[in-house]
Amino acid sequence: MQREVICIQCPRGCLLNVEFDEVKILAVHGNRCRRGIGYAEEEIYHPTRTLTTTVRVRGGVYAVIPVKTIKPIPKERIGQAMQEISSLIVSAPIESGQVIIKDLVGLGIAVIATRRLTEAN
Amino acid sequence: MQKRKVDLVVIGGGPAGLAAALAADEEKVQNIVLIERDIELGGILHQCIHNGFGLHYFGEELTGPEYAQRFIDWVAETKIEIKTNTMVLEIAAKGQEKWVYAVNRTDGMVIYQTKAVVLAMGCRERTREAIRIPGSRPAGIFTAGTVQRYINIEGYLPGKKVLILGSGDIGLIMARRMTLEGSQVLGVLEIMPYSNGLTRNIVQCLEDYQIPLLLSHTVVQIHGFERIEGVTIARVDANLVPIPGTERYQAVDTLLLSVGLIPENELTRMAEIGLDKVTGGALVNQNRETSIPGIFACGNVLQVHDLVDYVTEEANLAGRAAARYIDSQRVQGEQIEISPGNNVRYVIPQKIQEPITDPIDFYFRVTEPMSVGEIQFWVGKEEIYRTKKKFLKPAEMIRITVSFTNWEKMIQVGKLSVVIKEVS
Ligand SMILES: Cc1cc2nc3c(=O)[nH]c(=O)nc-3n(C[C@H](O)[C@H](O)[C@H](O)COP(=O)(O)OP(=O)(O)OC[C@H]3O[C@@H](n4cnc5c(N)ncnc54)[C@H](O)[C@@H]3O)c2cc1C
Ligand code: SF4
Repeated sequence: MQREVICIQCPRGCLLNVEFDEVKILAVHGNRCRRGIGYAEEEIYHPTRTLTTTVRVRGGVYAVIPVKTIKPIPKERIGQAMQEISSLIVSAPIESGQVIIKDLVGLGIAVIATRRLTEAN
Repeated sequence: MQKRKVDLVVIGGGPAGLAAALAADEEKVQNIVLIERDIELGGILHQCIHNGFGLHYFGEELTGPEYAQRFIDWVAETKIEIKTNTMVLEIAAKGQEKWVYAVNRTDGMVIYQTKAVVLAMGCRERTREAIRIPGSRPAGIFTAGTVQRYINIEGYLPGKKVLILGSGDIGLIMARRMTLEGSQVLGVLEIMPYSNGLTRNIVQCLEDYQIPLLLSHTVVQIHGFERIEGVTIARVDANLVPIPGTERYQAVDTLLLSVGLIPENELTRMAEIGLDKVTGGALVNQNRETSIPGIFACGNVLQVHDLVDYVTEEANLAGRAAARYIDSQRVQGEQIEISPGNNVRYVIPQKIQEPITDPIDFYFRVTEPMSVGEIQFWVGKEEIYRTKKKFLKPAEMIRITVSFTNWEKMIQVGKLSVVIKEVS
């Protein structure tokens, strides 16, 4: 198989042409340094992203609070993760760093609040 | 009407104002007032909920609110007086004296007589008026930052079928954000042949969600009366003029504009502080001091920054310089003018003034993308400094620190020019 991947490990942003099969990378072209190979491997077999979004809040000064996953999660689970996060409603007050979800879609990764939100008066 | 005497007024409680106030406090300035018109400190960072902030300054990846919170917590530990929900209406200066007029609900109008002022009012977004797209004026056209606030703070999604005009970072980030919230983002249009966003954002915001980036494209017509119903888009030629025959209709219910930011300088203008036509911000010396001694500027009100880390750095510089000014009430001395030469869009500072502090931080931008550029500093016919930088893009600010040894000569000539030569 073949795929194009842009390396984002440094500002050069090389366009990598990657040949791979089910289990391993066969060849990488277009990388200007070795880090590109490791990046291509990660991106092809286990792409991950830190998810940042918001959760609805009851009784807060604002209607939503920003949150993030404490670690990057597999890219293909983002849709499912968004569903779980958007079905939730939490109550103010909330502290920055407070755990909002302990175990996001069974990944064992927590979702925490990234700001403080006080109660509306 | 209350009158108060203080040492320093900082206008704007975003990352620039926070860092400037903290730096002045660290230098033992006594009566510092930090004024913010919003209900809380933190500025625009509260709506920037994605991560990627603080890599340079803290060496870790934070979200916008987390970055802001660190500074808000530090300010809370000092005796800096914080006035939120307070709007500065005017600043005035006469000789050594400066006045800041501010208003809020509880105190009414307060006039602060102050020794120094730091301007940190940030920037605002260019609107449709600023880029003149023909067509009707229906609802459903927003700046990207406005929608960022609706979604990330107020919690509502203003549209379902979206097109984004402008590929700056805010536009890219909003393409992903609206997709995650369930809108269909049909594409991002960019009039230039290259994107103005970071590669990282193109990959993680567009490619991850298969959102097309259409380079050399723009919106030529807006359709709809009450609400936007669609737009006509077209390809543009090398002179950015739409090419006849390439027009195509696209149905949308929302158009986001991410077409640039402008420093918020109404107060600066009223005080008759000299402005730079290119940056839209004040003309400053190496201490980020404006044409009025004792009035300093930093952050997005001075130049639109792409990294908040540099905003903090610049604000530290302005805050420390304000403290020195308050201490000595010194006057500005001889100056060396700095002019942008070939391939340089602008340089901050625009002048170096005695007493000279060393080394000096320069921030500037290239006019065109370049894979390798040699940055050269010239005094008259003599080249006094050079360095090479790779992957220069107009969207990414260049920052270098330079120590000079030949001040005498530079002052004699009175001019320094910065040029960038493409190296192949
Ligand atoms: C919509 C938007 C999105 C952005 N996203 C990113 C991003 O993702 N990553 C990034 O690194 N940078 C981003 N930036 C750039 C970001 O603005 C800077 O990194 C940084 O926040 C600038 O800090 P600042 O303190 O100069 O301005 P701001 O954060 O804008 O703060 C200025 C403050 O001054 C206050 N103010 C203005 N006028 C007055 C007055 N007359 N009286 C009292 N208070 C006043 C404002 O209310 C505001 O709180 C974004 C900018 C915008 C506009
Ligand atoms: S391959 Fe190397 S040089 Fe190219 S973008 Fe990746 S890290 Fe940078």
